[in-house]
Amino acid sequence: MMDKMLVSPSPHIHAAVSTRTLMRDVIIALVPAIVVSVLFYGWSELLVLAVSVASCVLLEWAVTKWLLHKPSTISDLSAVVTGLLLAMNLPCTTPWWVVFIGAVIAICVAKLTFGGIGQNIFNPAITGRVFLLISFPTYMTDWTVPQGFITKVDAFSGATLLGIVNEQGAGAVAGLDYLQTLFLNIGGSAGEISALALLAGFVYLVVRKVIKPWITLSIFATVAIISGIFCAVDPATFTGPLFNLLTGGLILGACFMATDYVTSPMNNVAGIIYGFGIGFIVMMIRYFGSYPEGVSFAILIMNMAVPLLNRAFHQHKYGRA
Amino acid sequence: MRKLTFSKGGVHPNDSKYSRECGIEVLPLPQVVYVSMAQHLGAPAKPIVNVGDFVKAGQVIAEPGGFISAFVHSPVSGTVKSIGPRKDLAGNNMTHVEIAVEGDIWADGIDLSDTLVTEIPQDRETILKKIQECGVVGLGGATFPAHVKLNPAPGKVAECLIINGAECEPYLTSDYRIMIERSKEIAVGAAIMQKVLNGCPCVIGIEENKPEAVNAMSAAISDLKLQNIEVKVLKKRYPQGGEKQLIDAVMHRQVRSGGLPIDVGAVVQNAATALAVYEAVQKNKPLVTNTLTVTGDCLPENRQHNYLFRIGIPLSYIIEYAGGVPEGAAKIISGGPMMGKAVANIDAATVKGSSSILYLSKQSTLRKEESNCIRCGRCADACPMGLEPFLLNRLIKAGDMEGLEDRSVQDCIECGCCLYSCPANIPLLDRIRPAKAAVLGIIKSRNIKK
Amino acid sequence: MSTTIIWTIVILAGLGLILSLVLYLVAAKFKVEEDPRIDEVEKVMPGANCGGCGFAGCRAFADAAVKAPNLDNNYCPVGGNEVMKKVAAILGYEIVEKTPQVAVVRCNGTCENRPRTNVYDGVKSCKVKAALYSGDTGCPFGCLGCGDCVEACQFGAITMDPATGLPVVDETKCTACGACAKACPKHIIELRNKGPRGMRVFVSCVNKDKGAIARKACTAACIGCGKCAKVCAQEAITVEDNVAYIDFTKCKLCKKCVAECPTGAIHTVNFPVLPPKPAAEPVKKEEVANA
Repeated sequence: MMDKMLVSPSPHIHAAVSTRTLMRDVIIALVPAIVVSVLFYGWSELLVLAVSVASCVLLEWAVTKWLLHKPSTISDLSAVVTGLLLAMNLPCTTPWWVVFIGAVIAICVAKLTFGGIGQNIFNPAITGRVFLLISFPTYMTDWTVPQGFITKVDAFSGATLLGIVNEQGAGAVAGLDYLQTLFLNIGGSAGEISALALLAGFVYLVVRKVIKPWITLSIFATVAIISGIFCAVDPATFTGPLFNLLTGGLILGACFMATDYVTSPMNNVAGIIYGFGIGFIVMMIRYFGSYPEGVSFAILIMNMAVPLLNRAFHQHKYGRA
Repeated sequence: MRKLTFSKGGVHPNDSKYSRECGIEVLPLPQVVYVSMAQHLGAPAKPIVNVGDFVKAGQVIAEPGGFISAFVHSPVSGTVKSIGPRKDLAGNNMTHVEIAVEGDIWADGIDLSDTLVTEIPQDRETILKKIQECGVVGLGGATFPAHVKLNPAPGKVAECLIINGAECEPYLTSDYRIMIERSKEIAVGAAIMQKVLNGCPCVIGIEENKPEAVNAMSAAISDLKLQNIEVKVLKKRYPQGGEKQLIDAVMHRQVRSGGLPIDVGAVVQNAATALAVYEAVQKNKPLVTNTLTVTGDCLPENRQHNYLFRIGIPLSYIIEYAGGVPEGAAKIISGGPMMGKAVANIDAATVKGSSSILYLSKQSTLRKEESNCIRCGRCADACPMGLEPFLLNRLIKAGDMEGLEDRSVQDCIECGCCLYSCPANIPLLDRIRPAKAAVLGIIKSRNIKK
Repeated sequence: MSTTIIWTIVILAGLGLILSLVLYLVAAKFKVEEDPRIDEVEKVMPGANCGGCGFAGCRAFADAAVKAPNLDNNYCPVGGNEVMKKVAAILGYEIVEKTPQVAVVRCNGTCENRPRTNVYDGVKSCKVKAALYSGDTGCPFGCLGCGDCVEACQFGAITMDPATGLPVVDETKCTACGACAKACPKHIIELRNKGPRGMRVFVSCVNKDKGAIARKACTAACIGCGKCAKVCAQEAITVEDNVAYIDFTKCKLCKKCVAECPTGAIHTVNFPVLPPKPAAEPVKKEEVANA
């Protein structure tokens, strides 16, 4: 007569959303920043990106297949996102084998040992990056800017703005053109070049309802307020809010890494507290730490607080006013 | 006009109302109907006819089997062929009365004319009795006996009667059609219920994607010069037609956990129920007909229908009459795609609450493989009750009944928003449903002990 | 230099001593007097913590057994009479011997016997499936095949046979704890006496539908015809709600009913193979029809 009909519990339809579409949106949101970085840093940046993404995907595929004997999860594109974020956190001069080690730490240690996507406590890309920063500090702080596709200058070695401040004090960047920094900021890793490109991606994610803006806004607000207070008290020692918002990895971290679903709280209020924690730790490291930059450390430290925050904050229930 | 909506959660599925322009057609009578004894929430009805009896359409064939139960009437005239177990929609056995159709003779005193009767001379008790005797149940999905809901417990006062014309489920258009074609009857039905509830104000809530229905109902109210009734436009958002959500949207009040709508002064009845109340009270016509949509994403446009059908007609008869199961249909659903029931047995008879035959293609309905929770929190954002389905899922896996109760699994309204919105395709509601039942059982037994 | 080392050693050792003293005092103050026999009983228990006895685990059972006046209501189905003898010896109680039992799956609705009428597309759980509808066959009583019993079994004694879609009980592993019977929403699994040398006769069907309907849904269904009950000399067979049931306490394993059953719903297991009559296998319905 007719084919056997399906029978299942309700609901019978599903939203056109999956882990894969969400990850795809994150990749799309990263495209502007990637394009800018490749244009300015050229082949070496492209190599770092390619090695990082390829090793993340391959490692995830190989480990799930041969070590864990589980169905492969590379089709959900989360390994691609990890690879891209890792690459964007590294100087474009990083040797390929260092990038590969970073990918091993990110995928094998930070992600798969905890049970794969959704189970990890720490953001994989940041874990990989911090591991490299501690293990290979020379490579990780070599900010030589190579020949890009649209830049005509020869390779020059530029310290990052935060590095300059760390060594020479706030006065060294007094005459900085912030409008220039917003668009383009040569020096630093791929994720530090253009604040605007990253913010465009962030707006895309928020508009597409992939992420909620609260964590990011909370980080920005905390950084602005803390640096505002410190700068007002002693402008000679402490850099101001604009400088702290626009330099370093803050925008990349706040928009793309602190908002990682798995390692951020689900509740909005908890998200704001989480964002505050990150902003606070970032500023403490920048002002008083020995490292010039602290976004990665701040996110990792607050990652640890997420289970607690998830436990402490629940959403308001209907009829329980 | 400001559009009303509930305060928390919800999803926005594509409304897919392909059959909205299809006028209501009268479905011809089949040769045999099967009248189920469990067409309402509560105890099944008890048959009072015997095999071989001749029954007229509209004649009582079964009496309520308890306080929460309802009368069942014969939808056709004919001879009772058998009384016994027959498989329902889900394939489970339920007592059905089988009636072989002979002619179309209606029981005495039933007004079958189209004349609109607007006067309501009867008093409250007479109306309530009539509604009960005519077997009127809520036609919004739960099929709760209408007379019970319209008769609040002593001490409880109805402050607002809400007529639910939201029809927030995608695809369904039966309520939409009756609100256009039978708007005056529905308005009078609402006025009758207002009278029963001692003249409390009445709001007819209709979603914004049905402007024609809003206009038709508004026109009917002003034509009939009805007092204290107004149409309010609701945002298009699922589950806008959920009882608790509708009360929140219209009255800005929330029913507390475990409470009833009347606790906050609300009585919610469906638009189709208002029509049934009108027919029962003004026309003396029991609930033996209802409107049903035949629709689906794999059904060609010219085969979409809205039918006026006699309750008890087998689904297979309607399917055949409407041209058979369309090419590409992978699932047949009775009801909407969010809360409807998948049909396991197409020979099952229609019941009072049948509102649609919905064909869905494999592409739109086949479950995708479950993957790890990515803790995106979409389920919690979508839950209109403010629950956290991801957390409930984890507690279910751990078998933590206390934790489940603490996190209010018993408040789940099974709307399906969590499963609908989960990017990892985790069958959240599938797991929550039995856990909710278990926790409700624990609460019940604890209350009995007290 | 040397004084630093000495001081370090002294302070750490002193701290250790003080803390151990505190620990000892606290332990002595909050000591819970417990019957030493509980430990002894727990030692001889199987240690599966399956809950088959009705208690939360083996220790809970031991605790209850020690406190109870006799062993009438406390029996470990997993350990069986062997373990209960030891428990009785420890506690000095009379042993209440019980006949060893085994889980029996009373459904023979294989893919062949019971054609599928729809495809279930939901979470793989009999409990969920049963709450939703009658199942993916015409039989609303039969096995749903999602393996809740397999999940429930802590001894790995139940596996799903992919060919039949039905669970298979491994008698050597089954401890008759009853977890599977509790897990089955259709109440198909029953604990029955193992029988002499494991020989058993049982009705492998629980379909309460009328004969014609049951037969239409499944060729191996019990149609409630009552032929088996008529032929049974021990009056062990009752037919209620269109389904026959063999009382294992009365059955004398004569197998007369097996030959009578028109649908082959009555199964025999572990009977010795007697050539040329292969009666050890579940009797095929063709043979019955020919007989």
